[in-house]
This record gives sequence, structure tokens and C-alpha cells, in this order.
Amino acid sequence: MALKKYYFHKILNGEFKGDDMFKLVSNFFALSILLITGLMVYELVKGSWLSIQRFGPWFIVGTVWDPVFTQTFSTLPLILGTLTTSLIALAIGVPISIGVGLLLSEYAPKRFAWLVSFLVELLAAIPSVIYGLWGIFILIPFLRHNAYPFIQSALGFLPLFSGPIYGGGVLTAGIVLAIMIIPIVSSVSRDVFTAVPRSQREAVISLGATKWETCKIVMSYARSGIIGAIILGLGRAIGETMAVTMVIGNKFKILPSSLFDAWYTMAAIIANEFTEATYDLYVSALIEVGLVLLMVSLIVNILARLLIWRMMKFVRGVVQE
Amino acid sequence: MRDSYSIRRIKDRLMLILVWSSLILALIPLFSILLEVFFNGVRAISLEFFILPTPTVGETGGIANAIQGTLVTLGLASLMGVPIGLMTGVFLSEYGGSKLSYLVRFINDVLTGLPSIVIGIFGYTLIVASIGFSVVAASFALAIIMIPIVARTTEEALKLVPASIREAALALGIQRWKTTVFIVLSGAKKGIVTGVLLALARIAGESAPILVTMGYWRWWFSGFNKPVSNLALNIYLFAISPFENWRVLAWGSALFLMVLMLGINILIRVLTREKY
Repeated sequence: MALKKYYFHKILNGEFKGDDMFKLVSNFFALSILLITGLMVYELVKGSWLSIQRFGPWFIVGTVWDPVFTQTFSTLPLILGTLTTSLIALAIGVPISIGVGLLLSEYAPKRFAWLVSFLVELLAAIPSVIYGLWGIFILIPFLRHNAYPFIQSALGFLPLFSGPIYGGGVLTAGIVLAIMIIPIVSSVSRDVFTAVPRSQREAVISLGATKWETCKIVMSYARSGIIGAIILGLGRAIGETMAVTMVIGNKFKILPSSLFDAWYTMAAIIANEFTEATYDLYVSALIEVGLVLLMVSLIVNILARLLIWRMMKFVRGVVQE
Repeated sequence: MRDSYSIRRIKDRLMLILVWSSLILALIPLFSILLEVFFNGVRAISLEFFILPTPTVGETGGIANAIQGTLVTLGLASLMGVPIGLMTGVFLSEYGGSKLSYLVRFINDVLTGLPSIVIGIFGYTLIVASIGFSVVAASFALAIIMIPIVARTTEEALKLVPASIREAALALGIQRWKTTVFIVLSGAKKGIVTGVLLALARIAGESAPILVTMGYWRWWFSGFNKPVSNLALNIYLFAISPFENWRVLAWGSALFLMVLMLGINILIRVLTREKY
């Protein structure tokens, strides 16, 4: 309010100059980001209104997706599919990423670290659809003929690893996602490791710690930053669309019979069925799946950002002291 | 310390091996993808590949219409996304420090992490619902993906311009906005170009938002209210198709996109390295 009055006063007195204009314009563009985000939420709610009215909260907890006969839609299996594949991705990808992060900040010589971080960032630059292409023609045949039969012969007594092997499926999607989250998790964890003050390392080294013991101290200091990096990776995995659609098998079922079985995720069902949706309620239900996905990834992303910010602020505070 | 020194040393060596093997595990898929895309893609490369449009079953054809369509989409997306991203970056760097700027920076970061398919659906409900599947809708969605990337890198590039340069300009009596536009922005040119390139590389590979805003189009560009062909989306559709000539094209398009990405990434590395 005060700001508006200030500008009004200036215009009246003929003091409204280029500087004020420029500030207004850049303010306007910055505000447009907030507007766009708000508009996005509004548009998605509007687009899915038909489905929201029809199914209400049952949309989240029901287990039926039948566009052909009863025209009923609900998404619990999709949410479970998204969470399962993402958690598999974290289980495989996070240890590797933290290893790479430690290597880059603690072990590797500087020049070599530059090369490695370039290579790892290349992984992030590869488009999702190329991961899918590679998944279909290279990874799936390899897993079907070599890796999965081996896993089954060793762990087949567990229900998780029994049942027929198709090649594509839940575990395959998890593996592809794991590869895709390695760049983000490892580069953020490298950043938080490098942000740990030198004095911490010097203190434990002077007490006679080995390299690995120093790393443990660094990791425990950077704990909240690592958790932030992991959640950031989780957000990436949750929203990943094309690569997952191409390798998960795309079958709507409440639970898959094993990790080798086909399943579905929220993002995959939108990509796979959006262009085939023939009536309004069907489109509206798919948009509501998008809305659920938006909400989940908003929560995950906000959480991750807050954790990383807190860690960085904490470190900066220590350094300033 | 409870463990004896020899046990601690064995642990230390073990972790050293684990840390290095994690790097190898991370790089195996990278090299596998690079090599497979190269060797499978090379088989598709010929003169026809670059000058003919999408073929029907059994014909020879190429990706010329997809290259054209992708360029049109990227151009339109930049027209919308770059100015907004740039001005937001200027705001964050030059007028940062207010409560509003913290909120904008936060939302900007959150926007970076949103699934691209959700942004595609936004484009669908806002634009496709009124004018139909079109290149405008697709570019709008891609522009929204560009904005946070351009804004963030612009902000960082502007912050690297030393305060003394700003002060020198102001001391000469130059207005603040002229200082920003003609001195600070032009000093940070390289960083800004890097950001735009980064954003372009990212959206050139996006296929999910294209699928829901534009769909599949086999022909040449024929107006802004019509779809155009798109390289990344073609890879998806060709890969899941049963036709052999389309699968070869999928690998060929993948190689083309990868070379583009590698080129942009190396360019960015060179640009940012010179600065230090």
C-alpha cells in the first residue's frame, strides 16, 4: 500500500523516472512466476472438477480404473506404483550417489573431480526418452536373459522375486529411475559436503582419524543436506514419465505379483492414456491424476528445498562466526 | 577408539574401494547409453535422413520435418520463456533481499522440480482446451520449464559482476536502470547465454509435455494453431512401434539429439571455464 502511494506521489510530481519504471517492470516479471504457479494449481483443479465432483475423496483410496465399462476412476494402485518404483530407485541410487559425492569432495584430485562431475552431469543431460529407448532395447533384454534369472535362482524363495520374468516391470523401472536420479543426488551431496567447514575435517584428522572416519564426520555434519538431496531425488523419480512408461509394462492392477511383474505409475498412466481418452470424465480423471502428482511433488520439493536451505544457512552462520 | 589400528585401516581401505566402485557403477550406464546410441544411430544416418520427412511403413524417410518442428517449438518457447526468466533473474539479483524476493526464489526452485508432464497438463487445460493441440500450447508448456532455469542462472551470473563496477557506473551519474541494462547485464552476458543454452538443452529433450499438448504429427509445419513434428516425442512413438524402419529412425533421432546435447554441454563448459 505504502509502495503504491509512493509511486502515485512520484507520478503526480513528475518524478517518475526510468529507475522506477525498471523496478516496476522487473517486479512485474518476478510476480508473474508466482501468478503462473497459482494459475497452474487453479487450472488443474478446474480441469479435474468433473472427476472431483463424481468420485470425491474415493478417487485417492479406491482401486478401480475402468474407462470402458463402468467409467469409474480411482488411483490408489497408481500412487503405490509411483511410490514403490521411486523407493526402489532410492535404494539403488542413493548409496551410489553418496559414494560419488564423497569421491568428488573428499577423495578425488581437483582436475579429476572436474572430469567426473562433467561425466555425471552428462547423465542428467540425456533426455528421459533416450533412457526409455535404451531401456527397451538394451537394458530389458539384458535383465530378462542374464540378471533376473540369476536373481531369481538366488532369491526366488521370496515372493518378491518369484513369478514369470518379462524383462519390463517394477524392478526395471526402479533401476532406470535409479540411474536417472544419480546426477542430482550426487551433485547436491557433493555441494553439501564441500560446504562443511574445513575446521571440522582438520579437527578429526588431528585426532588421528583415517580418511573414512573423516568422511563419517563430514557426512554426519551434512546430514540434513544429504536428506534434502535424497528427497530432491525422490521428487525427480516421482515425476519421471517417459522412461518409466516405456519400461514398466503399463498394466493397472492393485498389486503386482512380484517385482518382475508389470505395473503402472501416475505419470505413466497420463502419458499412456491421455491421447486415447475419448470422453470428458476420462480426460478429467487423468487431469486429476496430474493434480495428485502436482500435490505430491510440491510437498516433496518444498521439503527438500527447506532442508537444503537450512543446512546451507547453518553452515554459513558457522563460517561467519 | 575401540577398534585397533589395523582394523580401522582395513575399514578405511574397504571404503576407498566402495567409493571408487560407486563411481564405476554410475558411469557404466552412461557409457552404455552413449555407445549404444552411437552405434545403433549411425546405421540410420544418410543424406535422406536429414532431408526427407517421416516415412510411412516400409518407405525410406528421415527426420527433416521433426528438426523443423523442434526448431519452431524451441524458438517460440524461448520468445516466451527467456524474457520472463531474464527479468526475474534481474529482479532476484538487483532487488533481492526483500521478503518478496525470497518467496520468488523459493517458488522458482520449486518450479524447477515439478514434473514436466504436470506442466504439460497445465498447457492442455489453459490452451489446448480453447484452440486445440498446437505448437503454441507446446511452446507455452516448454516456456514454463525454461523460466526457472533461466532465472536462476541469470541471477547467479549477475551476482558475479563485482559491486565495484556498479558503483563506478553510478558514480559517473548513470541512472541505475541503465547501469543494470548496459553494464551489469552486458558484463554477465556469458553467464546468461549459458543459462539460456542450458534451458534449451533441457526442453529439446522433453517429450512428456509435448505428448499432452501437441500429440503426434507426421507432416511439416502448417500454422501456429496446428501441431508440429517433434524429435523427442518421435523417439518414443518410433520405439514402441512394431515397424523396423521406424525403430531405426528412433535410434537415428536419439543420436541426433545426443549430439546436440553433448554439443551444448561442452559449449557451456567452455563458456563457464573461461571465466575463472
